[in-house]
Formats: sequence, C-alpha cells, structure tokens
Amino acid sequence: MHTLLAIAAGVMFASGLYMMFRRSFVKLIIGLVLIGHAANIVIFTSGGLVRGAPALIPAGEARLPDDPAFTDPLPPALILTAIVISFAIISYTIVLVRRAYQAIGTDDLDQMRSTDK
Amino acid sequence: MDLLVASPILLHLTAGLLCVVAWKSVPAQRVISIVAALLGPLVAGLLLVTVHNSGPQTAALAGWPAPYGIVLVGDAVSVIMVALVAVVGLAVVVYAMGALDKPRERAGYHPLIHLLLTAVNGAFLSGDVFNMYVWFEVMLLASFVLITLGGTRGQLEGAIKYVTLNLLSSVLFLSAIGLLYGIVGTLNLADIAVKLPLVDAPGLKAVIAMLFLVAFGIKAALFPFFFWLPASYHTPPPAIIAVFAGVLTKVGIYSILRVFTLCFPQQLAEFADVFVWIAGFTMVVGVLGAAAQFEMRRILAFHSVSQVGYMFMGIAIAGVCLAQLAIDPAGDEQTGVLRQAAVVAVAGTMIFMLHHGVVKMNLFFISGIVMKLRGTAELKHLGDLYRTHPMLSLLFMVTAMSLAGIPVLSGFWAKLVLVRAGLDAGAWWLVGAALFVGSLTLFSMVKIWAEAFWKTTPADADKALAAHDESQGGPVPGVEPRAGQGANLTLMTIPAAALTVLAVAMGVGIAPIYRAAERAGEAVMNPDQYIEAVLDAEYLERLDEHRAALGLPPRRGGATVVAEADPTPSPEDPS
Amino acid sequence: MNSVILRTAARVLLPLLVIFSIILLLRGHNVPGGGFVGGLLVASAVVLYAMAEGPRKARAIMRIDLQVLIGIGLLIGLAAGLIGVAAGEPFMAGLWFEFPAPGLGEIKVGTPLLFDIGVYVTVLAVCLHMILSLAEDA
Repeated sequence: MHTLLAIAAGVMFASGLYMMFRRSFVKLIIGLVLIGHAANIVIFTSGGLVRGAPALIPAGEARLPDDPAFTDPLPPALILTAIVISFAIISYTIVLVRRAYQAIGTDDLDQMRSTDK
Repeated sequence: MDLLVASPILLHLTAGLLCVVAWKSVPAQRVISIVAALLGPLVAGLLLVTVHNSGPQTAALAGWPAPYGIVLVGDAVSVIMVALVAVVGLAVVVYAMGALDKPRERAGYHPLIHLLLTAVNGAFLSGDVFNMYVWFEVMLLASFVLITLGGTRGQLEGAIKYVTLNLLSSVLFLSAIGLLYGIVGTLNLADIAVKLPLVDAPGLKAVIAMLFLVAFGIKAALFPFFFWLPASYHTPPPAIIAVFAGVLTKVGIYSILRVFTLCFPQQLAEFADVFVWIAGFTMVVGVLGAAAQFEMRRILAFHSVSQVGYMFMGIAIAGVCLAQLAIDPAGDEQTGVLRQAAVVAVAGTMIFMLHHGVVKMNLFFISGIVMKLRGTAELKHLGDLYRTHPMLSLLFMVTAMSLAGIPVLSGFWAKLVLVRAGLDAGAWWLVGAALFVGSLTLFSMVKIWAEAFWKTTPADADKALAAHDESQGGPVPGVEPRAGQGANLTLMTIPAAALTVLAVAMGVGIAPIYRAAERAGEAVMNPDQYIEAVLDAEYLERLDEHRAALGLPPRRGGATVVAEADPTPSPEDPS
Repeated sequence: MNSVILRTAARVLLPLLVIFSIILLLRGHNVPGGGFVGGLLVASAVVLYAMAEGPRKARAIMRIDLQVLIGIGLLIGLAAGLIGVAAGEPFMAGLWFEFPAPGLGEIKVGTPLLFDIGVYVTVLAVCLHMILSLAEDA
C-alpha cells in the first residue's frame, strides 16, 4: 500500500509540475490542484498507514496500547486542514485567472511579459 | 499572562473582522483600522517588556499543553518581529488613508491589511510547524487579494507569477511537514528539536531540511527563487506594496532562522556552504538587477532581493560557525570566538530585518508621494524635486543613505554587525560581497537622487509621458492620477517623516536595539530556554530518561553553543 | 436555466435542505456532521435556487450582504474563543452549560457549538459569495 501511494504521489507531482510548465492558464490551475493533492498523499503516507484499526485508546487505559495496530488521527486532520485551505486558494486562483484572461485577452503565459522587463 | 502572547494576533483579527462587518462604510472601517493600528505598538511593547523581564512566554490554546495542543510562543526573536509588524502596521494604515484611491479602499483594503498583519503575527508567534503553515496560507491569501486590489493589467500579470510560485512553495512546505511528521511523530518545534537527534535517518533529514529551505526561500525571495518579487512588487500601489516590503519577505527569513537553528542545526552546519553561496548570490544578483532598472519602484523591488541576501547572510555565517564547531567541538581558543560570532551573526540578521522593514517601507512611501506629485516613477520623466520639494528630498536622502549603510544611520550598524560576525567566522568572500553590494546600493540610491531630485525635468516629460500612455493603450499600469488627485499628501508625508526619524533614531540609539538583538541571537543559539518554556518539566524528564536508556549524551536542544567549554561531543551526533 | 421542473423542485428543496443542514450542524459534535458540512449544504441549496432563478434572485433571498455574513461568521467563532477567556479559562477553552428543557431532559450547550455555528455561517457565506460572483460574471 505504501509503495502504491508513494508512486501515486510521485506521478501526481510530476504531472502537476508538467501541467504548470505548459503555457495555458487553465493547465496552470490543474497543475496546482494536482501538486496540492500530491502533498496531501505524502502526509497521508508518511504519517503511517494502518488498515481497519481505530484511532482510540481502549476504555480504562490511560495511554496507547503498544500494539502498533493503531491509526494516528493527526495526518487526516492535517490533510483536512490543507484541503480546506487549498479549496479557498484554488477558488481565488480561478477568479484571478478569469480576471487576467479578461484584462489581457489571452491565456498564454508567454504573452505576460510586461512586468518582467 | 496567557492572553498577552495571543493578543497581537487577536487584536488585528478582531479589527479585520469588524472591518468586514462594516463593509459598506469606509469611514467606520478607517476608525476601526486606525484604533487597532495604534493599539498594535502598545501590545507589542508590552509583550517585548514582559519577555525581556521574565523570559519566553507561551500560551496553550484551550489549555492543551505542548506538545499535544497548539501553543503560541513569544521569545526574544519573535517579539522583535512582532514589534516590527506593529510599527509597519501603524505606518501603513496612516499612509493608506492619504494615498489609497477610493475604489481600492472600498474594495476591502482595511480588512485585508489587518488579516495580513494577523497572519504575519501568527507566523512569528506560532510554536508548531503546522500552524506556521496555516498562518502562511492566511497571509498568502490576504496578500493575493491585496496585490490584485484594483485589478489593473500589470497587477494581474504580476499576481499570477506571485500566486503560482507561492503556491508551489506552500506545497513543498506541506510535503516537508508530512515527511517530518513521518520521522518524528510530532509537529511542535520544541518537541522536534528534542526528538529529531534521536532519529537515525541522515538522508531523509537532509531532504526535509532542503525542502524547508526551498519552501521558505521562495517566500523570502532568495536566489535562485526570487523572480516573482521583481515581477510583482512594482505593480500595486505603494500603500499595499510597502507593507509587503516591510514584513512579508521577513517571514520567510524568520522561518528559516527558527526552523534551522531549532530543528535542523546539523543540516545548517552540513550545508553551510550552500547557505553562504545563496546569501552571496542573492545580494549580488539583486543589486545588479537594480542597477539595470530606471523606475523607482522596480529599483526598490530589486533592492529588496539584495537586502534579503544580507538577512540570510547572518544565518549563513551562523551555519559556518556551527560547521567549524562540529569539526572541533573541544574548547580551545577559537571555539569561544566562533560561538560569539554565531550569536553576533544572528543579532545582525535581527537588526537588519528591523532596519530594512522601516527603511524599505519608507522608500516605497516616498516613491508613492513622488508618483502622486508627478504621475510617474520613471526616472527619465522626473527631475527638479529637490527644488520644488526640499523636505521630501531630505526624507529621501536620509532614508536612502540609511539603506546604503552610511555611518550612524540604521543600515550602517546592521551591516557592521554582519561584517564583524563574518570576519570572526572567516567567511571572507561573503564579507567582500557584502561590502561590494553596499557600494552598488549607494550607486543605485545616488542614481535615483540624481535623476529624480537633482536634474532638471526634461522639457518633454509630459509629452513623453502622454506618448508612453498612448503606446500602452491607456495609462501605464499602476500610474496614479496626476498631481495628487484625491490624495491627502499630508497624511502620506507624516508616516514617511516618522519612519525617517525612526531610521535616524535607530542609528543613533543603536545600543538598546543591539542588546535586544544579541539576546535574540543568544536565544537562537541556546534554545534550551525556548524548549523548557514550551515543554513542561515532567515531559522533558521522561524524554531525558528515554535518552539515557538509549545510551545517548544528555539533551542539548537545537543549535546549542554554550559559552563555557563543554567536552561532550557535538549535540547533533545521535550515535 | 429556464426549466419549470427545476424551478418547482428548487422551491420545495430549499427549505428542506436548510432544515437538514441545521440537523447536521446540531448533531455534529458527537456524530458525523458539523458546521462545515452544514454550511456547504445550505450553500448548495442556494446554488440550486440560483440555477433555477438566476444568481441575482439567489442573492436577494439571502437578505444580508454575503461579505458582511463572512465577517459575522468569523466573529461568532472568535467570540466562542473569547468566552473562555472571559470565564478565566485559556483562549478557545470549551465551556458547557446545562439547561433543563421540558420534555427533552437536560440540554447541554457549549462554546464548541457556538464555534460550529460560526463555521457554518462562514462556510455558507464564503461558498455562496464565490459561486454567485462567478455566476454573475458569466
């Protein structure tokens, strides 16, 4: 499972970066979404994958059992936060790109040189 | 008290939210905004004094103790930054009331600026690395909207570059956090500092450290990640960009300082050469870029890059010291010098951040006043300002000379401290580069002075400007209405004058600032105080027992460089 | 979109979805649900209405300016944190009050619920603001 998710993260980073290197605005956004989710998978995988175990301390115990079959609830919480943040940022980016497209009249990133001189 | 540490965040958050609720009424927003901006320095001052008198302050949210809950930590380093934010916030709010055009003010300038200040304070006070990420994102979102406020073509183009690169940096930051959590199982900075040396994964640690360096390096505009800054910083009006120049890049530098000295001192030492090269190239490339520019705001934007290099230089020198100490940890003569040099280098970074926050913001203020007066900041269309506006010229002269590092002004001391630390650490060519860049900075400032203030205005300036407007198909992006239409020049000049006085005062009265910065340097280089303030004694005792059971040397968190000679091997060595 | 079926359905579904979202909000402390989901549900209900009747009418049924609503939601959240401070507890500490309610037994009301209401209002306002702005633009 780890290997599978590691490959998935790698492929998403690669394809996200590839999309960002394209010249079109829309592909830029797709690229940003992809690498954002790739980072979430990295957190998920490196936080440790456990199947079917609860994130709970057994009743009456004061600390975690030494049994490693315990799901860490923190990585999902981190990912949830990251997803909400990226939701806000991506929707801002979509509006920005739309405005930029209306103002500049092209969706070609190579046409946007006027601030780079 | 608990609440004091959180108060810089809560103050601006409350102000920002009240401004949102008062969306329809700009006068109400102005009142809320200025009251919060005036309270800012009070709160920051109180925090500064408290931390000075009784050590690092912490606040555990909802009473959950570290490392399980979210903590805010105000130590000698972060309170200095919070104080800078307070000064910057007050100056920019007053300036914006005079400078900002009505549509932009109605479109939510006040709520956004306070949310930005909230997030910046949050990033400085955050005690764990994930919260730092969350504050970074809040800061980015506020800055994204601010940089596009008004929506001119130039702004939108600049914003796309700014947004893309900053989002990339966020993703790298998030991945680094994920990997770090995977190997230490904690996100609290103090807890990481204690536990990371126990982990035997040198390769993975190096990868995580470099991910953090790249992520923060993009935010701080370090070489080779700085391209977004000159492409976007000159596009919005000065009332917006001044606050970016004042604090935003410093958040990146602060984060590098905090994360590397606390969690990755071994990597800081290991990659000291990389840090030195980055610092050198950032300084040189920024200043050379500025030399090729002939528009005030573009020159200032490139100089920001170069100045970030100076701030980074302090961290790089501390890394060089740590690297040499790691080779020869035993206490001979040289060791004491190196330890002191590391402290002084960090103090230099702190002073430079204070100096640069004040001075660069003021230069953007002055460029804004020039644009209001003449309708452009292109040097070839300017002239005569010395004859028509002698007071403004004086303000510019003093501030620009401070940036260039002329003696007794704030920039001189900032550079002197860094150069001294660099000489003590033996980083000769970095010091050479710093001095060379200083002279080029002077050249750039004199260029602005000669072109904008001294020479006679070209006879065809107005015609050329109109032709320029025409060729661009309308007014040049970011160009303000001519001759101060709808602007209150008095309100714009007051903060500019106040910051100029502050720059002089920081130069003349450097002693207390240096002492505060040196305390910050000691806090960074001896992070045990920080760790003990954040984690409770019982928890640390259990960790120490665990260490002893593993047969490890006694705990010394982070980049500890104790003053007395200590025969134990390097603290970073886990074996 | 001019569809009689959609318009009729939207008019019936809107109040039902709002009630359902409030149920989600209230049960969210112990079981799946909560302010975030509840807010999203109201937002989607209003978006459904906007698809049927147009974004302008959708803004009109909200009665209050969405930007102001974002601020109010966040202020509620902030207030939930500050109540703890006023009671001498740390910032964001959860406080619970019990009320006897006739026929229902004891009802526990606490600052986490207030915080959830803040989240609910914020999420609903933010999502609607974004979607309606884009819809009006098109």
